[in-house]
Amino acid sequence: MQRPLASYLVVDLTTELGWLCGKILGEFGCDVLKVEPPGGDPGRRSQPYAFAAWNLGKRSAVLDLRWAEDRKELIELAKKADFLIESFPPGYMHSIGLGWEQLHACNPRLVMTSITPYGQKGPAAGAPASDLEISASSGAVWLAGDPDRAPVRITLPQSAGWASIQAAMGTLLAHYARQRTGRGQHVDVSAQASLVPALVNGPYYWEILRQMPMRGGPYLTGRNVEGVPMRNVWPCKDGFVAFAIYGGVAGRQSNRALVQWMAKENMAPVWLADLDWESFDVATVKADEIHRLEEAIAPFLKTLTKWQFLNGAMDRRILGYVVSTVEDILGDPQLQSREVWREYEGVIHPTGYARFDGQQAYPVIGVPVVDEIEATPT
Amino acid sequence: MTLGARAQALEGLRVIEFGAFAAGPAIGKHAANHGAQVIHVETRTRVDGFRMNYPPFKDNQPGLERAAQFAMTNDCKLGITLNLKADEGRSLALRLIAVSDVVIENFPPGTMKRLGLEYDILSEVNPRLVMLSTCNQGQTGPHAKHPGFGTQLTAMSGFIHFTGWPDREPSLLWGPYIDYIAVAYGLVAVLAALDQRLRTGRGCHIDLSQYETGLQLLAPALVEYSTTGATSERDGNHDRLAVPHGVYPCMGDERWVAISVHDDSEWHRLRSAMGDPEWAQPEALGSVSGRRSTEAELDLAIADWTRTLARDEVVACLREARIHVAPVNDMADIFDDGQLNSMRIWRQLEHPQIGRMSFQGPAFLLSDTPAVIDRPAPLLGQHNREVFCGTLGLTDAEYERLERAGVFD
Repeated sequence: MQRPLASYLVVDLTTELGWLCGKILGEFGCDVLKVEPPGGDPGRRSQPYAFAAWNLGKRSAVLDLRWAEDRKELIELAKKADFLIESFPPGYMHSIGLGWEQLHACNPRLVMTSITPYGQKGPAAGAPASDLEISASSGAVWLAGDPDRAPVRITLPQSAGWASIQAAMGTLLAHYARQRTGRGQHVDVSAQASLVPALVNGPYYWEILRQMPMRGGPYLTGRNVEGVPMRNVWPCKDGFVAFAIYGGVAGRQSNRALVQWMAKENMAPVWLADLDWESFDVATVKADEIHRLEEAIAPFLKTLTKWQFLNGAMDRRILGYVVSTVEDILGDPQLQSREVWREYEGVIHPTGYARFDGQQAYPVIGVPVVDEIEATPT
Repeated sequence: MTLGARAQALEGLRVIEFGAFAAGPAIGKHAANHGAQVIHVETRTRVDGFRMNYPPFKDNQPGLERAAQFAMTNDCKLGITLNLKADEGRSLALRLIAVSDVVIENFPPGTMKRLGLEYDILSEVNPRLVMLSTCNQGQTGPHAKHPGFGTQLTAMSGFIHFTGWPDREPSLLWGPYIDYIAVAYGLVAVLAALDQRLRTGRGCHIDLSQYETGLQLLAPALVEYSTTGATSERDGNHDRLAVPHGVYPCMGDERWVAISVHDDSEWHRLRSAMGDPEWAQPEALGSVSGRRSTEAELDLAIADWTRTLARDEVVACLREARIHVAPVNDMADIFDDGQLNSMRIWRQLEHPQIGRMSFQGPAFLLSDTPAVIDRPAPLLGQHNREVFCGTLGLTDAEYERLERAGVFD
């Protein structure tokens, strides 16, 4: 194991919106102290699996920030801390005397990261927002779902994860600057803005062409100047596989290899086996050619199981994968070979996605427990 | 740095980028936006795939300098061309690496080694070098060399299975969703390694698996399965806790609003905001279980209400009542969104061929060293002379000889 960050003290006051940020700092080497209200973070009960997944590797302490006494204790912690991360609604920390100006005054080196749905300022900054509203306002919902139904969010909530990874980035940028200047700063993270990268090139169809990208269900619609939808999710024998007829050097080689595989199984029509892929350009291909190709390929993919497809694709350097379920991921030999799964208190977690000089960084302690006794403010 | 401007977070850091598409270059973009000097290396024989294979293009006409996706991924960088397969090309790359802090590459595993640019060689030239190799499934393991694009890797890592309707095929996300997860993790890993370098004086090699970073955002489902043996499924816009929880049509074509109700008092506020309609009166709807048992009917009834109103009216009315609500912003709305603009997400610059374009700022505002986005993406080889003659000190004569020899192809 190698943990590249020093054991900086992180005071972690976050709710679900920021849980993953502290986890990242912890697995890279920081000492993360999760400060919870009496009885523990309410997310422990409402979202126990997300709680465990994203609080792994933290220590925990209970403070009741409604009490002046406990707020004083938090200030003492903040004086010693290198980082403080929080995800209360804008203005709340300030209202209890723990805002950026106040904390900066008592520890000028502190990097404070605030994660909120929309950022600290602006016309809707304090509006109530959960994963659905954050995803919808970011534009991400607009781009997903079947064209004949409402657009959808990803059922497994994602915006907190995106907000947290962007927060970790902003936090370490501020840290890098501090190593030179000696001065901390405030990192104001918007969850809504964190999802903008997931729109990929979508915004630019509108901005430079005045074309409105539309959700295509299992079809990709953003790869072609004619707007031709291209199937990317294909039914197979036991589920779905992800495959695209692609352009470029790698794409042409992949298309050719799939057709050769089909021919070997006597499932390639003559015109397909004879097709000249050198002149195939995914960005300019016309709709009727794509339909003809898809109609020829679909029956072949239906004869294969997910893993038959993946293994065959790997042997032939075809650009394709499985549309994995949770079980598929847990059984994936690649992840097992990379020793991704680690057990903490009998529960398996995905870990070690980054290796430093060949060694994984991962959490050294499990999910923190908390004293369940409720305290009452005086 | 512009005269009078404050130093940025990564001032003084030099990053060399080998690779293409999103996964490597988007990391470099974030570094460049925070003051690092980032040099994007291409070859003329195989330019960055984002230049030619990905619309939208200016006027819908493909061309080297016409692709928005290349532009959005490479602003604020220097662009050079170098033939790494030529001996003199490779030795120029090594000279550049010797005076750099970070190398980012996102080739398939084994490519840098074939080019004679693997970490062992680079770290001999520059022991302080931090090198990030980011690829689909990591540098090692039985599937490491399996090629693929981010859109398909997004499916492999479970996100597609969780998107769409329970009675339909899963729905795609817009392109390489997972790449941008790995991009954030990639810069975090580099910054952590730079912190380590401050203590040890030595760089390191980072092997980042995009697939594995994606699993961090899927972790709640993996942990649930590991704990209970159960797994959840895609469920349209429904939620396990909040009900109702949906996306509803508004007046006009393809105008949608997202509404969710997280407790019983919020339900009562929604009921009054809708004007206390008859259908919302049953007392059973005052509890989660009551609302859950008639969720489909509730969704239809709420849609009947939203359909009569402009989207922004629904948003204003429900926000007034402190109810969870937001517009489903389309790709035009996001440019006008008050909160995204308050975060300074869109930074307009003039690109020499695309024209005016909104480049993207980060998802956070740094109070002391904010991101500066002041240069569009480089044209192919635009900064060759600046880098090779300026940074590396080639004479004009040497430069021209190498150019004639095809070293900058």
